[in-house]
Amino acid sequence: MRLELRPRLYVSPARSALSTAASVVVALVLGGLLLWAAGVDPLAAYRAIFDASLLGGAYALSDTTVKTIPLLLCGLGCALAFRARLWNVGAEGQLLLGAWAATGVASFWLPAASLPSPLVLLLMGIAAVVAGALWAGIAGALRAHLEVNEIISTLMLVYVAQKLINYFVFGAWSEGGFPLTPLFPESAHLPRLADWAERFPSLSGLTAHLGIVVGLLACGLVWLLLKRSVWGFELRVLGDSPPAARYIGLSVPRRMLATMLISGGLAGLAGMLEVAGVVHRLQDRFSPGYGFVAIAVAWLGRLNPWGVLLGAFLFAALLVGAKEVQPGGISMMLQGVVMLTVVAGDFLLRYEVRRLEERTGA
Amino acid sequence: MLRFVENLIAAGVARGTPLLFATLGEVFAERAGVLNLGVEGMMLLGAASGFGVAHLSGSAALGLLCAMGAAALLALVHAGVTVSLAGDQVVSGLGLGFFGGGLASVLGADLVGLADVPRLPTLELGGLSRVPLLGPVVFSQNLVVYLGFALLPLAWLYLFRTRWGLRLRAVGESPAAADALGIGVARMRYAHVALGGALAGLAGASLSLAVTPGWVDGMTAGQGWIAVGLVIFGGWNPLRAALGAYLFGAIRRLPLDLQGVQSLPLFRNPNLGYFLDMLPYLFTIGVLVFAGATRRRARAGRPARAGAPAALGQPFIRGERGR
Repeated sequence: MRLELRPRLYVSPARSALSTAASVVVALVLGGLLLWAAGVDPLAAYRAIFDASLLGGAYALSDTTVKTIPLLLCGLGCALAFRARLWNVGAEGQLLLGAWAATGVASFWLPAASLPSPLVLLLMGIAAVVAGALWAGIAGALRAHLEVNEIISTLMLVYVAQKLINYFVFGAWSEGGFPLTPLFPESAHLPRLADWAERFPSLSGLTAHLGIVVGLLACGLVWLLLKRSVWGFELRVLGDSPPAARYIGLSVPRRMLATMLISGGLAGLAGMLEVAGVVHRLQDRFSPGYGFVAIAVAWLGRLNPWGVLLGAFLFAALLVGAKEVQPGGISMMLQGVVMLTVVAGDFLLRYEVRRLEERTGA
Repeated sequence: MLRFVENLIAAGVARGTPLLFATLGEVFAERAGVLNLGVEGMMLLGAASGFGVAHLSGSAALGLLCAMGAAALLALVHAGVTVSLAGDQVVSGLGLGFFGGGLASVLGADLVGLADVPRLPTLELGGLSRVPLLGPVVFSQNLVVYLGFALLPLAWLYLFRTRWGLRLRAVGESPAAADALGIGVARMRYAHVALGGALAGLAGASLSLAVTPGWVDGMTAGQGWIAVGLVIFGGWNPLRAALGAYLFGAIRRLPLDLQGVQSLPLFRNPNLGYFLDMLPYLFTIGVLVFAGATRRRARAGRPARAGAPAALGQPFIRGERGR
């Protein structure tokens, strides 16, 4: 039997969603086989992951929501850049810089304890967005004007950001020699569900914070920007065909830089929400690599903001659950498998595989 | 001062050797038209599996071979997704990197902190090792360093002076033309992506078995990414890429050496060392700026695209128009 490939001219959203879902299922099966080969009982591991993240009641869902927030914001940033075929793979560094700037505002640069909380949080957010945007902007400007490959530069800047954070956490801002900064004043804490436990006892202990609202707003805004604005249309043209973008008179370098700034700003905001909503200080290794997982989140979400939301939730569940499973590294491995299967699954979206009709003589 | 320079260059060559292997491997893959961003993951898998096999079997050489095999198998996954299934090379490579890194972390969980594991030997070549400068740099190094010295000219000869190298470059420049000449594009791509994987595995194992012996999760610290950058810096040419690799070895070593110098402010505030640690990464960006400027100058002179294989990143399916 011979097979023939036919390019599909149109892919419906439903087919695309179905293919993505199928890819995730295949990834889970393959991942299970790998776990089994590594001596881990895959069914028990998956059950532990789902119990801890989704099925374990309000606490589990709240934990998953907390991890969804940074993944969502970084994922939106990645999706926006990827849509223009700018490979900003350094969201992790931009997140770290955002967290650093937010910490500066909350603990060092302003008398935050004596200022109203909304003002402090707003200033922290602005500082974080600016810091993240500038960090990505370095790579954006280098790409736009000096042709420096942004995959390498954004990644290198992640390592630089990590060293910078280390300098502050272990040195300049360290509290008593421990690898963490002092706790933020109350005014720099984002409200949590648990804050209303006195009126609604069922909320006690739930750590989901206001950041999810910020994340959903950002999701809507990115959707509007990408799908309902001229700027977004031009960005998609740039991604699909740079020559066409030049032909319709776009300044490609300026678009690249602007896209990277917005992308980095979103990741920076994720860093602020994480320190203001979860850890309430800057500390060593506070991010389990949200910015890297976001790459997979963006791709799994097909670079569509609502898809990114779904992808962020799935990967958040994986991150929450994988903490329960030994050895570590399993969630990173599964993340890689998901990315590979989704890319492989794209084949069936782009081509129709058919059996070649045998030609019979006359 | 001579001792300082001698030590720095000798250590730079030793530390640059894993980087050299990884860079050469990526040169082969990219010359075939396949960008593989999974170098970091393949190196980690090589480091963990090489160290693990050396521990179990008691033979460092066997560890080295298994590391190459494991990383080559991993690379074949990328080849399958990007060559046969025409998938996006960037995302597949990133996924491969995560997968390899995670797998190495799982496999290496029991290997952390093991001490009595065989290493690859350091060979002093008799009287030659006592020659000033050349002695420590060239003639008293670890086995893997000599392997690097040997591999480098071979890679260059293969690429630019053999029929196979010519075919490889044709596949990377114009797969459609290569296909019309009867060259098996897919087969060439599979073979060289696997070769790239084997070399990345060799790079990882030469870290864990020779240069910085032992297994620590994430021990490559971004060297796989630096290797991808060095390929661009080296203009897809093994010799220039090697220069970059040895230079980077020295830069990675520099913070260690400088920390011992009493007159620097660093000695009073060790936290400033974090800024020195940024050097290799900043330097990577720096060389890419330099390479970009060279490329633009070259283009101003002649219209041909200097450096990157023309079909890099593009899948090839017979009968389909290239993008």
